[in-house]
Amino acid sequence: MDNDCVIQIRDLTNQFGKAIIHDHLDLDVRRGEVIGVVGASGAGKSVLLRTVIGLNHHVSGSIEVLGKDTSRLNEAGWRQLQERWGVLFQDGALFSSLTVAQNIQVPMKEHTDLSQRLMDELAAVKVEMVGLAPDAGAKFPSELSGGMRKRAGLARSLALDPEILFLDEPTAGLDPISAAAFDGLIRDLQRSLNLTVFMVTHDLDSLAAICDRIACLVEKRVKVGTMEELMRDNHPWLQEYFHGPRGRAVTDRSGDGR
Amino acid sequence: MAPDPAALKETRTGDEWVLTISGRLDVSTVGALDSSVRAFDPGDARRGRIDLSEIERLDTAGAWLVHRLSQRLDGQGVPTEISGAKPVHAALIKRMGRSEGRELPPPPKYHPLSGMLVQMGEQTIERGRDARALTAFFGLVTITLGRTLINPWRLRGTSLVYHMQQAGLNAIPITALLSVLIGVVLAFQGAFQLRKFGAEIFTVNMIGISVLREIGVLMTSIIIAGRSGSAFTAQIGTMKVNQEVDAMYTLGLDPIEVLVLPRLFALMLTLPLLVFFADLTGLVGGGIMCLVALDITPTQYLNQLHAAVVPWTFWTGIIKAPVFAFVIAMVACYEGLQVTGSAESVGRLTTKSVVESIFLLIVLDAMFSILFSHIGI
Repeated sequence: MDNDCVIQIRDLTNQFGKAIIHDHLDLDVRRGEVIGVVGASGAGKSVLLRTVIGLNHHVSGSIEVLGKDTSRLNEAGWRQLQERWGVLFQDGALFSSLTVAQNIQVPMKEHTDLSQRLMDELAAVKVEMVGLAPDAGAKFPSELSGGMRKRAGLARSLALDPEILFLDEPTAGLDPISAAAFDGLIRDLQRSLNLTVFMVTHDLDSLAAICDRIACLVEKRVKVGTMEELMRDNHPWLQEYFHGPRGRAVTDRSGDGR
Repeated sequence: MAPDPAALKETRTGDEWVLTISGRLDVSTVGALDSSVRAFDPGDARRGRIDLSEIERLDTAGAWLVHRLSQRLDGQGVPTEISGAKPVHAALIKRMGRSEGRELPPPPKYHPLSGMLVQMGEQTIERGRDARALTAFFGLVTITLGRTLINPWRLRGTSLVYHMQQAGLNAIPITALLSVLIGVVLAFQGAFQLRKFGAEIFTVNMIGISVLREIGVLMTSIIIAGRSGSAFTAQIGTMKVNQEVDAMYTLGLDPIEVLVLPRLFALMLTLPLLVFFADLTGLVGGGIMCLVALDITPTQYLNQLHAAVVPWTFWTGIIKAPVFAFVIAMVACYEGLQVTGSAESVGRLTTKSVVESIFLLIVLDAMFSILFSHIGI
């Protein structure tokens, strides 16, 4: 297997009842890149993410993450794999009965033997890294705004310094300024921690700003390429997506910049 | 696969103290090294150096350890430099500088005794607030109730009937089963005690009076508080979380009128009927046990019951039912409307609603007893 490929999806088929979501889908994610997964509502973006991280069982096909075939892993294998990725769910999915700092320490407690003192220090480091104020660590999720919850969720997904970061619509529900700041944060962390980022998004700005490549779900498969490549594609949905009124606003701007 | 911990090597050349770290320094290995890193003492060295040239993997946790050590040595008057780090690692360690002095504030700590006092005080204030808010809600509901009585067509008929079915009709099996069982238990215990005096026949009097006056209405109300009260809180709470209640306000609908009143009326109408039903099945249960354990025939049972019980025995029980229904529905709806933000608070307030309404039921029952004994029924 190509060593630079951290996620390799081959022939993946997903089906709910009679509805086929993915039909023999292939996708490679390279080490150190930010890949954005886009597609129409209901095209199966989140299903793809959930399938890769093992929350959804696929009908056929194989998924290799960090060189391990996920369908053949036993429980210990899953645990090892889970230490090496972090997942940010749409609204943070923080445990509501724990403070932010305790949330960040949950994976540390589960997977490592760190002392409480060191965990407190590391939690403070993570809180700072995602751009939260220090006193946010002692707060409960219900006391945080939506954007802060996302940052806290990001801090928890980074708790074990994962190699891959899965993001489910990281900028959904944020105002444009916060969304841009969050994009910048992800890019910054991706560079300094050398992460591979697998990001499901609707946000054209995010795509233009931080994604190296884009995987677009059309007709139950993916078309992968850089933004420029996909913009030149003749597929009607892609044309509509990138050259529709909203797409044009972003692509014109990013086109000027390049 | 246990990762090989990073190796630490301390050397001293002249004035310079050197720590060489090799191997993997990441979150899976720092746990074992933390205490030794904290304990390093450069002694009388003038300069320090942390050599990272042999490091294979370094992550945030490792970088934090290195950064913390160099900062500590700097602070002790031993200027320390970091050498041999790969650019990526150097950048990561440098980034840690931003977290300087940003320890998480410690949670407030109380002395155990004063802590208990503080908690007691907080709880008392909380209960006081609850009582006041509940009274205010009572007023609000009464006003809306009055308005609806003047304009009865404002009452939501469909909703009322739906809740009557949910809270009343569908509760019949469980209520019936439990009151039969209670009748059986009462008869059995009564017979056992009264037999000592040769007064088995008075078991019937005991069953008749206790079921009709107290047990029937109290048991049914407690079942309904657990069954329908909790459902009301959870339904309204979930609507609150989904902002449905906010949507109602903005559409000009009064949540009290739309959500609370149908539930209130439904319970007030169905609870007395359920209590009547529970009285009946309770007496039947007692009768069965009298037949089995005491050989009292159904005819004897009915005759004795007729002698023991006057209409008021029945009415004192049934009169309480609408009042209890009012309390259950009001507390349940109030707690449902108190839900804010997260789904977690739905669960918490549902528990609170059941506990509160059962507490109020029993307090009210005691007050009814005093009232009835004063007016002599």
